Amino acid sequence: MKGLHLYGVSHFHGDKQILDNASLLVPAGELSCLLGPSGCGKTTLLRLAAGLERLQTGKILIDDVVIADEILHEPTELRGIGLMFQDYALFPHLNILDNVTFGIRGVSSPEVRRRAMEMLDQVSMTDHALKHPHMLSGGQQQRVALARALAPFPKLLLLDEPFSGLDASMREQIREETLNVLKQSGVATVMVTHDPEEAMFMADRIKILGSNGRMLQSGRPHDIYFHPQHRLVAKMFGLMNRFETVIDDGCVDIPLGRIHAPGFEEGQKVEVLVRPEGITLDSNGGDGVPVEVQSTHLLGHDNIVRLRLTNDIENSIINNELYVRVHHAFEPELSRLITAGVDPKYTFIFALENKCTETMDSPISSNRSEQHSTELMRGEINP
Amino acid sequence: MGGRHSEVTVSMSPTSASKREVWSWINGWNIGAVIISAIVILPIATVIFIGLTPNDDIWSHLASTVLPLYIATTLQLMIGVGLGTLVIGVGTAWLVSMCRFPGKRIFEWALLLPLAVPAYVIAYVYTDILEFAGPIQSLLRETFGWTSKKAYWFPEIRSLGGAISMMTLVLYPYVYLLSRAAFMEQSVCVLEASRVLGRSPLRSFFSVALPLARPAIVIGISLVLMETLNDFGTVDFFAVSTFTLGIYDVWLNMNNVAGAAQLATALLAFVMFLVLVERFARHKQRFHNMTAKYTDLPRYELQGSKRYLATICCAFPVVFGFIIPAGVLTGFAVLHFESAANADVFRFAGNSVILSGLAAIFAVAIGTFMAYAVRLGRGRLLGALVRFASMGYAVPGSVLAVGVLVSLGALDNGIDGFMRKNIGISTGLLFSGTIVAVTFGYLVRFLALAFGTVEASLGKITPSMDGAARSLGHNPLSTLRRIHLPLIRGSVLAAAILVFVDSMKELPMTVILRPFNFQTLATYVHQFASDEQLGEASFAALAIVCFGILPVIILSFAITRSRPGFPIEVKVP
Repeated sequence: MKGLHLYGVSHFHGDKQILDNASLLVPAGELSCLLGPSGCGKTTLLRLAAGLERLQTGKILIDDVVIADEILHEPTELRGIGLMFQDYALFPHLNILDNVTFGIRGVSSPEVRRRAMEMLDQVSMTDHALKHPHMLSGGQQQRVALARALAPFPKLLLLDEPFSGLDASMREQIREETLNVLKQSGVATVMVTHDPEEAMFMADRIKILGSNGRMLQSGRPHDIYFHPQHRLVAKMFGLMNRFETVIDDGCVDIPLGRIHAPGFEEGQKVEVLVRPEGITLDSNGGDGVPVEVQSTHLLGHDNIVRLRLTNDIENSIINNELYVRVHHAFEPELSRLITAGVDPKYTFIFALENKCTETMDSPISSNRSEQHSTELMRGEINP
Repeated sequence: MGGRHSEVTVSMSPTSASKREVWSWINGWNIGAVIISAIVILPIATVIFIGLTPNDDIWSHLASTVLPLYIATTLQLMIGVGLGTLVIGVGTAWLVSMCRFPGKRIFEWALLLPLAVPAYVIAYVYTDILEFAGPIQSLLRETFGWTSKKAYWFPEIRSLGGAISMMTLVLYPYVYLLSRAAFMEQSVCVLEASRVLGRSPLRSFFSVALPLARPAIVIGISLVLMETLNDFGTVDFFAVSTFTLGIYDVWLNMNNVAGAAQLATALLAFVMFLVLVERFARHKQRFHNMTAKYTDLPRYELQGSKRYLATICCAFPVVFGFIIPAGVLTGFAVLHFESAANADVFRFAGNSVILSGLAAIFAVAIGTFMAYAVRLGRGRLLGALVRFASMGYAVPGSVLAVGVLVSLGALDNGIDGFMRKNIGISTGLLFSGTIVAVTFGYLVRFLALAFGTVEASLGKITPSMDGAARSLGHNPLSTLRRIHLPLIRGSVLAAAILVFVDSMKELPMTVILRPFNFQTLATYVHQFASDEQLGEASFAALAIVCFGILPVIILSFAITRSRPGFPIEVKVP
């Protein structure tokens, strides 16, 4: 298979385990994003693939050729992998053109120059070719770093948090430009990020990592968002409304209503996670549960509404506050009673105790994730 | 989801760590660094080996006769010089860092000037001035009509006290330099916080700035004490029986290499203690820099007579440590120009330049190689080995001289024996008593200077530079040549100059290791000045002082710009 393949990778920094039997498959011609919290080992995976760190256990293949295992360590410079760093790592003593030509080898010097200028043209930086890196803005440096990494025609391009050094205002524009350049070049790309929105925007395929590089889910952005297979994947995109309950006759009861839950054992303890945008509000007293508006916060396109359930039903609720994201046009008055419902599309159910493994959504459910649930319980509503 | 099956975890048995280590070690950089480290450690290892080998009972003889004297004298010298440099170094650093008074800007760099004067040179100058026949005592006798030495009291310069004064005057800049750097590196926020919490500037200094600078001060003092143990010229001239002098005495006068090696081993114990103290302090220092916000320290404006007192306090060490000796030497050089600036002196200067130049080139090349190997390897083992190899700067020249001579002698004998047996010719002494031996000695002693400077400078280059260059198809050597060397050029040059000048001033090793009848500026000055012919030696001594000013310029340049991003990084020493 063409592309990058790491498997069975375990890695220690000193006594600290970074990766535990992690595996990763990135097919050629796709843009994959490694998404995960800081410390999950995603950058280490990238560094191992690039050969910046020596592989301790496991195997790394590019286009079905082993480039690293316990003994073999093909040096970085022979791997044909392009790499873009978080800090861009432009060489400060070389001008922009020399930075870009640095990696182009094996062709005549006019050809080197032509190729470099072509790359600079792609990122609209030809005017700056003779400047030095310190004279450029962060966004311009990012473009040069991208041109430099692509110039030698790498088999694979690795991007380590490529937009984290940019101002929020510039980030969206640069992100779009970068995506265009990458699509044009058609190079297989692996990008590491901790920003889910960035991953959703850029990726053909998102790979979500948990602690120690454990793959929680791999899929297209749509699957990741609407069909999370793990509670941590569901929680990736921000605050969730969380309820604990038990399976009752193939359904679950949460304060907002009764939801169909096939594939669980009767009496199984479960947690129900509802996205803030999955709660529907009606100020005209339509169907639903009565709730009281605590506060509203206008974010721009959306409005964040905090609600309190008025009839605190006996079961399951940890914090009787609801966190809702609605279109800004909907702006309920404070302390008014309105009604709330739930959209099952945004509702995910995960088994709480590990009695039953054939849960509907989470084939990778394991003991380890259970340990997390207690820590995460309290953090649900608090940002 | 084509990928999911391949990403499902596969159980694999972990490889043993030792196996990995072995494999990852095999490359040119590591092997080179290990071989160089072994060669550099060899002289010290030789001394310890001979010193610990039981040998015709010289040790018990030494222990019952001279050893107690050596220990007592050495300790007194260390305590005296340590206290003297502490008071002068920290005091002046505090004044120029925290206060405003006339001449402050000049004193900032002028206080470093005495570093240019080797202790033996200042000792010759003051002996010339202060001895019985010197101008001061002559003037006193004339003025008060005294006729004999018994008629009045005058401090004897050629004594332990004299040696302490001389060394204090030229070594305090180490303490000054490091404590000043520490004061300047301290975050202004810490001091401001202390002020906001209601402490006066002076109390803030004693309760915040000084404790924070303590590790740096300890490092400074331990460097001073290492130099004190290293000194040969002064204690020889003043006949102060320290360990170093003892080693020469046992070796050259009693002709006993084993005894000298045993004394050297005992001296190494002192040094090891200092090295441990220094390492501990450096370790602690790392935790003291917490914030990255550096602005000018708030300066305390001195009022009235205090201002002039501060000026006088700062002027004292500069005047006595540099201006008087340099002035006297200049006077002598003018007065005795005919005899002092002769062709021999220029030849000896040439010898000095060749030896020091070779040492500088080798030290910088090897230091860069080792620092880069450590950066590439990132292994703790290699780092520890290289650090151990660069401990030569702490080892007194006399000890290294013994080690170099003995180990090169053994090598010469080995080669000679092999050649005689197999080819039938005698090669004699190939290395001993040649400039190879002297250069090797300098290299062992000053490699740390080059290594430390280059390593510190490399440390400021983010590792992603290496990664970027490697991912763009350049191997480690090409990356060093095209990325690192251009970026650290300034520091490499600074390191070369530091090694060059230190080699030029070096006396204890040169005296022993030089070829027969081969003179450098330092040995020439030593020979003539200790015969009380300072006039003859004045030109050469002045030349050494002039060369010595070079690192002072580099250091003061480095310290005023010791802010993030500045390309020259100097490790002291």
